[in-house]
Parts: sequence; structure tokens; C-alpha cells
Amino acid sequence: MSNINRREFLKILGIGTFMGIGGWSMFEVVGKGEIEAFAEKYKKVPGALQAKRWAMVIDLKKLDQQIINDCTEVCHRIHNVPKILNPKEEIKWIWDEKFKNAFPELKDDYMSSEIKNMHVLVLCNHCENPPCVRVCPTKATFKRKDGIVMMDMHRCIGCRFCMAGCPYGARSFNWRDPKDYIKNENPEFPLRMRGVVEKCTFCYERLDRGLPPACVEASKGAIMYGDITDPNSEIRKILSSNFAIRRKAKLGTKPSVYYLL
Amino acid sequence: MYDGGKIIFGLIIFIALVTLPFTLGIGKEYIKANPKIDTPEIMKLPEAERKCVESKDFMRKEHMKMLIEWRDAVVRDGKTLYVNSQGKTFNMSLQNTCMQCHSNKSKFCDECHNYVKVKPYCWDCHLEPKENIKKEAGL
Amino acid sequence: MLEIALKGSPRYWGWLFFLATLIGAGVITYLYQFQIGLGITGMSRDVSWGLYIGQFTFLVGVAASAVTIVLPYYLHNYKKYGRIAIIGEFLAIPAILMCMLFIFVDLGQPMRVLNVLLHPTPNSVMFYDMIVLSGYLILNLLCGWVILMSEKKGAPPPKWIKPFLYIAICWAPSIHIVTAFLYQGLPGRDYWMTAIMAAKFLSSAFASGPSLLIILCMLIRKFTNFDPGKEAIQSLAKTAAYFLLVTIAFYLFEVFTAFYSGITSHQYSIIYLFSGLEGYSKLVPVMSICVLLAAIGVLILVTPPLRKWEVTLAIGAASTFLCMWLEKGITLVVGGFIPNAFDRVFEYWPTLPETIITIGVWSFGFFVLTILYKIASSVKEKAIFDKYGEKQIKA
Repeated sequence: MSNINRREFLKILGIGTFMGIGGWSMFEVVGKGEIEAFAEKYKKVPGALQAKRWAMVIDLKKLDQQIINDCTEVCHRIHNVPKILNPKEEIKWIWDEKFKNAFPELKDDYMSSEIKNMHVLVLCNHCENPPCVRVCPTKATFKRKDGIVMMDMHRCIGCRFCMAGCPYGARSFNWRDPKDYIKNENPEFPLRMRGVVEKCTFCYERLDRGLPPACVEASKGAIMYGDITDPNSEIRKILSSNFAIRRKAKLGTKPSVYYLL
Repeated sequence: MYDGGKIIFGLIIFIALVTLPFTLGIGKEYIKANPKIDTPEIMKLPEAERKCVESKDFMRKEHMKMLIEWRDAVVRDGKTLYVNSQGKTFNMSLQNTCMQCHSNKSKFCDECHNYVKVKPYCWDCHLEPKENIKKEAGL
Repeated sequence: MLEIALKGSPRYWGWLFFLATLIGAGVITYLYQFQIGLGITGMSRDVSWGLYIGQFTFLVGVAASAVTIVLPYYLHNYKKYGRIAIIGEFLAIPAILMCMLFIFVDLGQPMRVLNVLLHPTPNSVMFYDMIVLSGYLILNLLCGWVILMSEKKGAPPPKWIKPFLYIAICWAPSIHIVTAFLYQGLPGRDYWMTAIMAAKFLSSAFASGPSLLIILCMLIRKFTNFDPGKEAIQSLAKTAAYFLLVTIAFYLFEVFTAFYSGITSHQYSIIYLFSGLEGYSKLVPVMSICVLLAAIGVLILVTPPLRKWEVTLAIGAASTFLCMWLEKGITLVVGGFIPNAFDRVFEYWPTLPETIITIGVWSFGFFVLTILYKIASSVKEKAIFDKYGEKQIKA
């Protein structure tokens, strides 16, 4: 140290700073170029199921306790959804509600208790005009080109604005580490960490492999799905010949999940 | 100099704080990172096929950026296939592609990450290979 | 100027130490929350925002209320506020800091908070909230500091600061309007989805802010040699009185709309808050106290002799402040989540750790406030000129 005078010291300091700034900008340039070069290297799986807008039709007449249990069980199992019994911290992607709760605006004093307590499977509605996407400050929840409202768990900051925005109660927050509440993990699907919001993703990972959503598969025909923009799709045919309702349709969110009574 | 004592005292504290990363390491054993890629899954392959999605050199330098790009491509753009520089196609998945070969997370990932003291949060959600957990438990 | 804050009486240091202890307790509890997750709070799947976001909402109002002093002074040359303009500006600073901290402690993944900047999303109201809050913080720091600095030098403030003062005045309402938009633009939350929300936010802010300022002015007068002036306090009391009445009126408009229209979904939250719903009534006592405090506030602030006598005025101001705090800081947020999307009631009550963290953040705010007020009052004790270069008016 003794043979470096102040002048030299400052020189080194200056060069160091300059190198630092230069190095940083180099990193930036290289980084951007590479991303562009990679862009064409990402592809969709050839056999992936595609649609302009995915939608679902749930036939309530065909639902029974067994089907409901099967649907929720398979969904929660393959997606590593923790089983938390405390209703305060419950996490659910698809679950059983009574008709009067799923459709509170249709509740009527003279409605038979049979209808009032009819089972309804509820899940994220994958709205065409999703308020959760509108309010998310980081685009952590976003609408894919095929209409699926997705969650990017890597980006979610856990502000829970989307939970306040969702009028369907479809979103769950990880109030603590979910690991302890998952018994048999599905090794093919990730878990979530504490502090992020999660919900149904329309089984995007199965569609990519050419498979229908897990609940559709487990429902024994009670749940149908397809491209709602395609007039020849199965669900369009059902919708054109049946009376179907959507939850809280007056809110303008345009849900993609229809219910047949 | 006004308050010379106080200034010098402050400087000493400042220097002590700034050099903390070095002083804390004094006396600690120096362990060089020694990542291993000799998992049974890899050794099983014929020697010519023992190749990662890109060259070893590229992976060593760029794997973190690549994983982030993969992540965004899969989660945000719905594209799940990666075509590498040789034209070979891979399914982009940390759990289902990378770790299928590199089933030794502790020797493959942690070895260097611990050495440079970075803690990627991949494993908060993504499941590490099972064998590895068994091995660790058996130790 | 900061050096002024380093010299003080044992009482000053004792107070700061007391606050530091509370901050410490808050920090330790926060580390616990950081470790475990937000599960340690009373928030739930159904009531997903609670005390933290309530405090944030309330404090944005406190910050915005600086305008009730700054506007009459700078735009209308209301000289009685000359001595306390800085008190208003310096209240806004810790208020905004507390807002930011309350947002931070409410995040599930606080380490990723910069994602808001990395992925700016103009369709989210939160994005604008971030812009207006940080802008307002900078404006108040700049204006307060520059003007106080020139007072310290015994000179009129520089001319270039004027545009910033005017921008700050226009900016103040924006922070609270944007905060109201966080709530009033959400479909399916009928208690919040009302166009009058932003107006009610502003009016309640302009009632609670001046009320707090009255109390702070009285404390400053008691503990320092700086006198904010009796007339300034009385003017603040009138501001608080009018806006308290306006706020109550706005609330009654809500009640009218919900009940005369007969739309039940608009009534549920109000029924829950005032008399309980389906047997759930945790917030009824809170709302009852709120109503009682509002009544005391109105009685005192509107009746001239009670307003003029400073003992009753202090009670009236405290009642108004607490009333608005209970309304905006707790019942507004929780009430909006009840009943939930499935027409069920799931109640909320803050837990002990949540409360300690909340107290910690408030203590941090008062810590900053104390330092800023210490600086301001020390300068003011000696100041000769106001911004017009005129001799200061003695109270």
C-alpha cells in the first residue's frame, strides 16, 4: 500500500468504475442478443390441443358425490394442491358447493331444497374479461392466447389484489409453506411456495400433451370442454340446444364455465 | 481536526463492517467446488450420447439465464419444446428433463451454489429427484 | 439541518427510545411472519386483506390531508397557516413511509416487490398508486426541506420551489383518489363498488388529517417553544368539522342507496357491520364505537364554544381521528369481504403478531415524525420570515 500515492489510487479507482459500467452494459447487450437468437428455438408440442378460447360446460344433472370427489381428488393430487383442513387457509382449485352458494343471486324462498342444495363443481371461470388479470400489478396472472387465465408463480408478489378482484372466490393464497400438507407428491408437477396465489389452470400442462383437463376425464361425461369460438365444437352444440347459466354473469367478466341445469 | 476521536472510531466501525465478508471467512476450511455429473442415469448412456442440451461450456456459463428463458417460454408463452443448436428437441422442464439425468442435486447443483453462496429458489417449489433425498437420509 | 435532531432533552431521547423499542418488537415479529408466512395474521382465504391494508388506506388519507393547510396558505395566502405549513408537509412524509411499509408487510413474497417496477402494468391501479405515492413523498420532502432551510437562514424561500408547491397541492388528492380506485373498481365487492368512494375517502381524510394536526400542534406547543398559533388550530378545527359532516353525509348516501333501492347484495356489508349477519357480529362493537365517536366529534367540532375551548377541542379532534381510523382502517376493508363470494360469512379479527407489526410500523412513523418536527420546531423557534419575506405573525 505504501508505494501507491493518492493520484495512482484514484486512477485505479476510476478505471475500476469505468470497467464496472462497461462490463455491465456488455452484459446487457449480450443478454438481449441471445434472447432473440433463442426465440425461434421455442416451440409448441406438435400434438398439443389448441383453441382460440377454451371453455367448459358442467352438466349438474350428471354430477353425483362420487364424480365430484373423483374430480377434486384427481385435480388436487396431480397439481400437488395441499390438503389444509383449516378453512382460514384452505387451498382449492376445484370443489363442491351447494347451488344456493354457487349462485346466490338465483336463490329463492320457494326453491325446492333439492335444488338449493344441489351439488355444483366450482373452479376458476377463466373469464374472457378477467378482473384478476386487470388488477395484478406484475402480470403474474395473465390471459393466454387460448383464453386460459394463467398464474406465473415465479412472479407473484403475494399482494392478493387478484383475490379481492375475483368475484368467484376462485383464488387461494399460500398462507404458509404448503409442503407439509402434501402427502404424495406428483413428481411431474411443481409445488408452490408460501406467499403466492394459486388457482385452477385449465390443465394447460395436460392440453400441451394432447390430454383433456383432468376433471373432464374423471367426470364420466358430466364435464365437457372445447373451443367456444369453434361453432362445430361439442360444447357449442350443447350450448345451442340447452339452457346454460354462468356464475354472476351480470358482472361482465364473461366466464368460460357454463352450467347445465 | 474536530472530533478526531469520534471520526476515527466511526471509520474503524465502517471498515470492520465493509470487510466482514472476508474476516468472517478467516480460519474456515477452503473447499473447492467439485460438481459431479456421473449419475447412474448419465453413465447408463453410451458415451457418444452423454451430452446435455447444449455444450458443457455454454451450460456452465449460461444455465441460469437459460432456465429463466425456459421458464418464461413454458409458463408465459405456452411453448414447451426447446430446439438446441444441433437441432435436437427437448421438453423444457427442470423437474422432468434436467433432473432426470442430473439426479444428484446435492453434488450437481448445490456444490457450486454453496461455493458461491447463491441460493436459487427453484427448490422451494420444484421437486428434487427422489434418490437424492434417500441418499441424504441414509448418510 | 439534520444535526438539530441530534440535540435534545432527555424527554426527547426517552420518547425516541420508547418508539425504537416498539419498532424493534415490530421488526422481530415481522421476521417471524417472514419465516412462517402471512398465516400468522387473522387474514383468510375469504378476508384476504386486513389490518395492514386498512392502515395503508387510512394513512394515504393522512398524507393527503397536508393539502388542507398547504392549499389555503399557498393558493389563498391564508397567513395564519404560515407557521404550520411545514407541520402539514412534514406529517405527509412519515404517513407515506408508513403506507409503503404497510404494503410491504402485507406482501406474501416481499423479496419480489421490485417486480412491480420490472414488469410495469399500467392496467393495474396498484401501478399508479406506486407512482403517486412515491411522487408525493419526494414533493413533500423537497418543499418542506427547502422552505425550512431558507427559514433557517433567515431568508425568503427560493422562487424555483413555487411550481413544486403547486404540483404538490394538485398531487395530494390524486394519491387518495387512486387509493379509492383500488377498491371501487372491483366487481363483486358491493360495499366498495360505489362511485362516491373516492369522494368519501377525500372527505374522511380531510377530517382525520386536520384532527391529527390539531393534536400535534397542541403537543408541539406544550413541548417546544414554538407556537403554531391559536387561530391556526381553530381554522383546522373548522376544516375538520365540515369534512366530518360531509363524510357522515356520504356514508348516509350509501345507506340510502343500498336500502331504498332494496338491492340486498348492497345491504349485506352494512348490515354485517352495524348489527351482524347470520349471527356473526365481531365488528359490531367496532362500528358502534365508531358511531359514538362520530357523534362526539360532531357535537364538539360543530358547537362554537366547545370548539373554541381547547380542552374539548382536543377530545373532539381525537374522537374524529379515531372514528375515521376505525371506519377506514378496519371496517371498510373487512366489511367489503363479508359476505364472501359464496354468500357465507367468514369473520376476521387481527392476531397478536399482526397487531405488534402494525404498532411497529406506526411507531416507525412517529419516530420519523418526531425527528422532523424536532427539526421544524427548532428552526421555527428562531425563524423571522415567512415565505413572503414578511415578519412572522405572532400568535
